[in-house]
Order: sequence, then structure tokens, then C-alpha cells
Amino acid sequence: MTSNHGISIKGLRKSFGGTPILDGIDLEIAPGERVVIIGPSGTGKSTLLRCLNFLDRPDEGLISIGDLRVDAARARKGEILGLRRRTGFVFQNYALFANKTAAENIMEALVTVQRLPRAEAADRARAILAETGLADKADSYPAALSGGQQQRVGIGRAMALDAELMLFDEPTSALDPEWVGEVLDLMRRVAERKQTMLIVTHEMQFAREIADRILFMHGGKIVEQGTPAQIFDTPQDPRLQRFLARVGG
Amino acid sequence: MQGLDLGYMIGLAPVILGYVPLTLGMAAAGMVAALVLAALLAVERVVRVPVLDWLVVLFISFFRGTPLLVQLFLFYYGLPQVVSVLTRIDGVSAAILGLTLHFAAYMAESIRAAILGVDRSQWEAAQSIGMTQSQLMLRIILPQAARVAAPTLVNYFIDMLKGTSLAFTLGVTEMMGAAQKEAAGSFLYFEAFLVVALIYWGMVEALSQGQKWLETHLNKAYAR
Repeated sequence: MTSNHGISIKGLRKSFGGTPILDGIDLEIAPGERVVIIGPSGTGKSTLLRCLNFLDRPDEGLISIGDLRVDAARARKGEILGLRRRTGFVFQNYALFANKTAAENIMEALVTVQRLPRAEAADRARAILAETGLADKADSYPAALSGGQQQRVGIGRAMALDAELMLFDEPTSALDPEWVGEVLDLMRRVAERKQTMLIVTHEMQFAREIADRILFMHGGKIVEQGTPAQIFDTPQDPRLQRFLARVGG
Repeated sequence: MQGLDLGYMIGLAPVILGYVPLTLGMAAAGMVAALVLAALLAVERVVRVPVLDWLVVLFISFFRGTPLLVQLFLFYYGLPQVVSVLTRIDGVSAAILGLTLHFAAYMAESIRAAILGVDRSQWEAAQSIGMTQSQLMLRIILPQAARVAAPTLVNYFIDMLKGTSLAFTLGVTEMMGAAQKEAAGSFLYFEAFLVVALIYWGMVEALSQGQKWLETHLNKAYAR
């Protein structure tokens, strides 16, 4: 559940093969805040999310989530697991476990990580599936689900962690246009639960509507941030102005 | 050129069939042990533990690079001279040990390929929900890899079943040994070994049918 500590990121850096991808990210996120990251591709948006989950290991920086403080350069295994258990991650390509049904995908973290009894985990999974509108798909394997349904299960799997922060890495980019709406609808419902969310997306209309704050990233840095109105209506940085002109935000 | 002595063959068949349990037992024991070892080797090859990885590569290379017969002789006749614990190793145990190590080396490569065939994003998804490395291996990756590798592994089981006949050279009286003894009295070598061949053929055919069933069954999985 959301704590009062919020999330704090200081001096986060990551480079791949000598090329800096994250060039010193400082970011505070208040509990319940919904932050959307926009920017051209290759500017480190996804890497930022992946570093917060240690799917990519940051080179340096401090990450605090709730009562957990991790010094990235010296992160131990236990700290990394702790960080992952406090952050739910939604993948662009859903990344569902192919050998598990929709319900089992959601139960997996509850059973193996949180060590809930199976029956209790199944109840939780059923409740989450109902919220995602997939109650009737509980026993379907991912291969039998549409892209939109798979991504809703992917969001459900991340919801099951009851994480202090949910990370969405371009959750609709791999979807056929017909499925985008249902996934965005589910994200709106997640937002209504006062879930702290950090979202990378190219859906500018959605960003404007859901975000408390928008970050514009360029060259591994947060170049400009503000309310949706500030970012979309009165952009200051010329790079943001050019970006918005291109994507038609 | 005389005709086949069918009557002799029919009389001999039950005698040889009496050794089928031993053959199947050696193959089954070898298969179970080889599967466990191969899974461990394959996981190591994917995860790559420093130093250990080098040893595993060496192990796989040696057991794939030398004939099974030579390996069996090394274990049964050679090693006891060097390692005193092995002085009392009997032929059956030596055969099972040899078959295990030999086929584990081959099976490790199939399992490794199957592991790498599981979409990388599922590894990340498992990590992202806080699973440990062993949880993600045992619960997500290996079950899927097993399905991919299963038909190939049945092939190795068939090879191993036939490979048990080499236990004969370690003085084990299995189907070949029994046929050899019988033929030594009757001089009907062709008939005796033909009986052995037919029994092996029958067992392998049965396994191949099982393999076909397995393949269709596995293809249907995860599709509900």
C-alpha cells in the first residue's frame, strides 16, 4: 500500500558500453502521484523504469521507496529483491508466463514471493481479474488471449504485488489500435485507487488526462517538467516544443 | 544356407524377455540420473558461474567427444585402479554411471537450447515480481524448456536403452549376455541375436509411439 515516504531518486546514472543513457536523474514522487514520462525514443525513458526495478542495473544513484533505501552502486541481492517487491512492472510486450493461466500469472508473486496460502492467493487473483474485466478468462493461457487481454493480465500481475510504485513501460505500444482503449481504461481504474504510477507512454491525450505531472526526457536527462497544461500548452524548452510539434500533442 | 530355426527362436524369446526388466531398469535409472544432471549442467551453462562454467564445458566436451564404450571401460576397468572407492563397483552400476554421464552431456545441450528458447521477457517478468533466480528457473523457465526439449530427450532415452547392451562388455548378463550364452550351446548365433534385435526393436517402436503421443499432447498445452 502507499506509504507516506513516497519515492525519491537521486543522481541515477546508467551507461551502456560507455554511452550514457541516464545522465543523472533526480526525481521525487509523492504517494498517489501519477507521473508520465514523455520524450523521443532513445532518451532513456524505458531505461529509467528498468533501473528502478533493477532489470537494468544502474551504475550509481540512490533509490528510496518507502522505508527502503538502495545505493545502486552497492546494491545487494536482498535489496534488489526488496526493491522489486515494492515496484510493479508492466511490460510493453506483456511478458506473461506462457506456462501459467491468467489467474496463475497473477497468483505467482503471491504464492512464491509473498508466501500466501494458495487458496488465499486464488481469491486475490479472482478479485484482480474481476477488476481487469477478465473474470471469465481465469483459466485461459496467454496464447489464447488477445493482446489487450494479455496486457490487462500483465497489469493485474503487477497490481497483485500491492506495490508502492507501479511502473508502466509503454504499455500500449505493442498493441493493435483496437485494444489500446481497454488497456488505458484499466490504467485509469488503477489510478483511481490512488496508486502511485510512473508511466512511459506515447499516448499524449492519455498523458494529459491522467498525469498529475509530466516529465520530458531528452538525452538521458529530465529537461522539463510540469502539469499537463504547462507541458502541453506552454512548453519552454525548444526541444520539448519540437517534440510536441512532431507528435502533435 | 539353412532356414531360420523358428522353433528355437520362439523357445528362446521368453528367456531373453526375462532380462528386459534389467535392461529397462538400467535405462530408467540412467535416464532419471542423466535428466537431473543435465538440467543442472544446462542451467549452469545459461547462468555461467565463473570457474564452474569452465569445468562444465570441459565435462560436456569430454563425454560428447569420446565413445561410450571407451567411457564404460574407463569406469569399470580403469578407475578402480586409480580410485580405491570404486574397487567394488559392479558392472550394472558402472554401466548406469557411464550411461548417465554420457547422455547427460548430450541432454544438457538440448536443455540449454530449450532454456534459451524461452522468451527473455519472461525472465524479466519473473525478476520484476521479486522471484529469486532459482524460483524463476524452477517455476517459469524449466517447465517451458522441458516441453520444448521433451521429444529430443525421448530420442536420447531410446539411444540409452540401446546403449545398455554395452553393459555386456562389462560382464553383465543382460539380453546380449544371455543370448551369447545360449548361442554358445546351440551354435544358433543368428537366431539368438535376431531375438535380441527384435525385442529391442519392439521396445523402441513402443517408445516412438509414446513420443508421437507426447508431441501432440505437448503442442496442445498452454492453448486453452
